[in-house]
Amino acid sequence: MAAAALTSQLNALVNNMFAMGLLDDQFQQLQMLQDSTAPDFVSEVVTLFCDDGERIICELSRQLEKPNVDFDRVDSYVHQLKGSSASVGAQKVKNTCIQFREFCQQRSRDGCLKTLDLVRTEFYDLRNKFQAMLQLEQQIQACYPKH
Amino acid sequence: MATCRSRGVERGGAPHVLAVDDSSVDRAVISGILRSSQFRVTAVDSGKRALELLGSEPNVSMIITDYWMPEMTGYELLKKVKESSRLKEIPVVIMSSENVSTRINRCLEEGAEDFLLKPVQPSDVSRLCSRVLR
Repeated sequence: MAAAALTSQLNALVNNMFAMGLLDDQFQQLQMLQDSTAPDFVSEVVTLFCDDGERIICELSRQLEKPNVDFDRVDSYVHQLKGSSASVGAQKVKNTCIQFREFCQQRSRDGCLKTLDLVRTEFYDLRNKFQAMLQLEQQIQACYPKH
Repeated sequence: MATCRSRGVERGGAPHVLAVDDSSVDRAVISGILRSSQFRVTAVDSGKRALELLGSEPNVSMIITDYWMPEMTGYELLKKVKESSRLKEIPVVIMSSENVSTRINRCLEEGAEDFLLKPVQPSDVSRLCSRVLR
């Protein structure tokens, strides 16, 4: 596929992520930091976010399965996920983390489990879209010969 | 203060900033913002590593650290820097995702140069650049 068609597909995907509320202005700030001195900046940050988010969600599942839940520990993991979501502009995940922390403060295991399901769905939805975005970027780069 | 502001700036070189954050995502983002503002950046994941680096690296112009980190908080790192006769002139900027006034005041009273809310914006760094490192 020609670079122009791939670029238009990439733009449509990213615009859709904004329109769906998955991303906010912070993601645009990251895009603006990508230049010739840091050509892979966005993909590096997004990859770190995806790896980190997956690790935290697994840890949250483990913590909430325990018979005596340490809610302070759960809250600390949710705080980490909220922070990295805010830094990449993952608006939906960040907002769900805010709700999640409220259930941690209420010491509500049911609330935490329901919100974990929600945050997991939102995170993996976003991760899939980020992966599609990075794949398109690689395909676009492959259209241009390296100097 | 004039000495502190020129500290770490090698002749013709970029000011060297030490970024401290336990989150790999936040480390990458703050490093990217600082590099885009023409700083030379070293990023570490804990206050302990920051102190180790400060022990061997004499040319640090500024430290920018997260507040909430395990083992050693940004506040504790700030205190250690300000208690050291060798390091106390290095400006320390604290970052936090939570706007807690007692936390902010505590850091400023301890000698923090500034307190930035996360996610840090390029405009925050430009402001710091002109104020702290001019």
